[in-house]
Amino acid sequence: MGTSLAFHIVFAALGVDLPLLVFAAEGMWLRTKDRAYYDLARSWAKGMAILFAIGAVSGTILSFELGLLWPRLMGYAGGIIGLPFSLEGFAFFIEAIFIGLYLFGWDRLSPRVHWLTALPIVISGPISAMFITMANAWMQMPTGFTMVGGKVTDVHPLAAMFAKPWATEVTHGTLAAFVFTAFGTAAVCAFAWLRGDRRAQVAAGLRIAMIMGAIALPAQVVIGDVAARFIAANEPAKFAAMEALYHTQHGAPITLGGIPVGGDRVAWGIEIPKMLSFLANSNFNSEIVGLDRVPRADRPPVLGTHLSFDAMVGSASALLFITLGWLWFTLRKRELPRLMNVAIALSAPLVLVALEAGWFVTEFGRQPWIARGLLRTSDGVTIAPGVNIAFYGFSVVYVVLAAACWWLMRRVDRVPAASGTHGRVAGVAR
Amino acid sequence: MTLALGAALVALFAITLYAVFGGADFGGGVWDLLATGPRKQAQRDAITHAIGPVWEANHVWVIFAIVVLFTCFPPAFSDIATGLNAPLSFALVGIVMRGAAFVFRNHTDEAPHFAHFWTLIFGVASLLAPFWLGDAIGGLATGDYAWTSPFAFSVGVFAIVVCAQMAAVFLAKEIYDDEELRRDFRRRAVRATFAVWVAGAISGLIASQSEPRLFAALLTPTAFIAIGVAMALGLGVAYALHAHRNGLARTLVGLEALAILVGWFGAQAPALVPGHYTLANAASSDAMLEAFLIASAIGAFFLIPSLIFLFTVFKGPNVKPISSSQ
Repeated sequence: MGTSLAFHIVFAALGVDLPLLVFAAEGMWLRTKDRAYYDLARSWAKGMAILFAIGAVSGTILSFELGLLWPRLMGYAGGIIGLPFSLEGFAFFIEAIFIGLYLFGWDRLSPRVHWLTALPIVISGPISAMFITMANAWMQMPTGFTMVGGKVTDVHPLAAMFAKPWATEVTHGTLAAFVFTAFGTAAVCAFAWLRGDRRAQVAAGLRIAMIMGAIALPAQVVIGDVAARFIAANEPAKFAAMEALYHTQHGAPITLGGIPVGGDRVAWGIEIPKMLSFLANSNFNSEIVGLDRVPRADRPPVLGTHLSFDAMVGSASALLFITLGWLWFTLRKRELPRLMNVAIALSAPLVLVALEAGWFVTEFGRQPWIARGLLRTSDGVTIAPGVNIAFYGFSVVYVVLAAACWWLMRRVDRVPAASGTHGRVAGVAR
Repeated sequence: MTLALGAALVALFAITLYAVFGGADFGGGVWDLLATGPRKQAQRDAITHAIGPVWEANHVWVIFAIVVLFTCFPPAFSDIATGLNAPLSFALVGIVMRGAAFVFRNHTDEAPHFAHFWTLIFGVASLLAPFWLGDAIGGLATGDYAWTSPFAFSVGVFAIVVCAQMAAVFLAKEIYDDEELRRDFRRRAVRATFAVWVAGAISGLIASQSEPRLFAALLTPTAFIAIGVAMALGLGVAYALHAHRNGLARTLVGLEALAILVGWFGAQAPALVPGHYTLANAASSDAMLEAFLIASAIGAFFLIPSLIFLFTVFKGPNVKPISSSQ
């Protein structure tokens, strides 16, 4: 399931926020009548068609897998946390309907109505991501029910939906999708430029995407800080694993990188004295709970959690520098030099690392629980035979899909944009 | 109990719409695989145009049905997902591969090998998905998840045939401007309608031999009447096609699918999983069911007008002929 999610998150993030870019591009075309924006919207829409379809089918896999892999979790949890899933069902429905209208409506709707059909997608995308993240927040800190003798009673669906971490997790997760889409798209444009594609739509695309990135990334850094403080205060085991802090102490140092060894120390890490206490509590001498306060059986895997966390923060910092560089050139109205384009192209792998690593932190950090304090991961998994076969089978499916998708996406940019969906010739002269 | 019944009706609604619209999508894939004759490419183009704008929306019904099941009847969901793990996994692979294959082949105008490969995958996966879903339903109906039983397999075949029938009827209605192409699909629709009869009869026969409990359930009034109505509607479909009344055929085939599902539900009511769970003992707490029904009402408020808009734009009476945009 982890594989499924790691795969789905990429397409989901793009599916959630590419519509905003397309909406912006087509809106600019309607306003300025500049053909470059039209071409841009058409070519992004084509990418969106493929990515959304893959996002939708991988989402279908997930909804089945909740039952196929985690029947015992869902047997408990479905009746508690089903509400956001149900609402998400509707939000996703709206997305799927308007995606159909948008992608196939170019020559069936008036330009203005067509442009407006993107709006419900732009709105319901982040909303459906929000509902799903709410379910994840519940798994971090389950609430809204009482357990009596192994039976769930006294269910409060709304309380479960708004589990304590929901606000920070939802904001952080939604912004992550914006950041990922912005830099991913900007990187594709920069890459096209580096390959010698000097069409106006490439420059326009890079500009729109980087504007989105320059807004979303700083906001994400601030929210990231809030989220980390929230975890420090509410989920000490996860925080200790993120920071690889084994010993409870006042004035705790922050450890950058390093490999945890022997279950009680970190080798080759860089320590900055007292920094962790300051970052978590704005006080250089505050106490930070270490893993020694967590029973061994309940400790998250330190290596994965810690390195994922550092990878996320590290790549986000690199992206911040790239954004600053871009701002410097853009605000001075200078053309971007080759090196700047190389940097933006490199932001694609960086932002992918940030997205996946960020998600790994939440999931590794919650182990060994699937729903903290309620059910251990090993107890939630299915008892049906052949799970391993299913796992390998689906992994193969993902590899095939990813390869085909990659191959296709590389071509999207090269086909003349006006050929649009299904090779129809677009009615540009409408 | 009334709340649980309400939730169950929402689930039935979702499953019915999935059977009709999702089923027609699967059937489109089946005809894509079976496209033959001088108008082979035209047949495939018509299928692509018919399902392109709507397949993603049609598909959400199954996700929604799953969500209803695990939100409102979690223990039954857990049990079904464990007992029918294998056929549901196979169906899932089919659903995923056909969705992906459909987009892949449609976005490869200048790469014929790539397009051919994914067209084949699209067709084969469109056979597998309804087969394994039908097999899972058959296995569920037996009461002991006997998804490898001859009866379950026969329901799988039946599901494929029904999907093919619906797709052919819908396509015959949707093609306005090419008389020959329309005739291709009308002829296929007639054949598929008779195939549905044969496949249904075989399933019934197998049930009478090997699944006595289920067969007895099929003879209870609700199920018996529903099956009779479905058979009569099948005749009606054949007549409407013969009389070139393709719009009427479309309505009748939708009702036929509904009658088949009512027959299934009627046979196993009030059991959710025969022998394991009923609506009452699998239901979530009242608080959850209430929240779910309120959420559904809010959702429907946005969903229904959007769906009507989608289908009016692409399937409505004033839609211009498909081929003019080619």
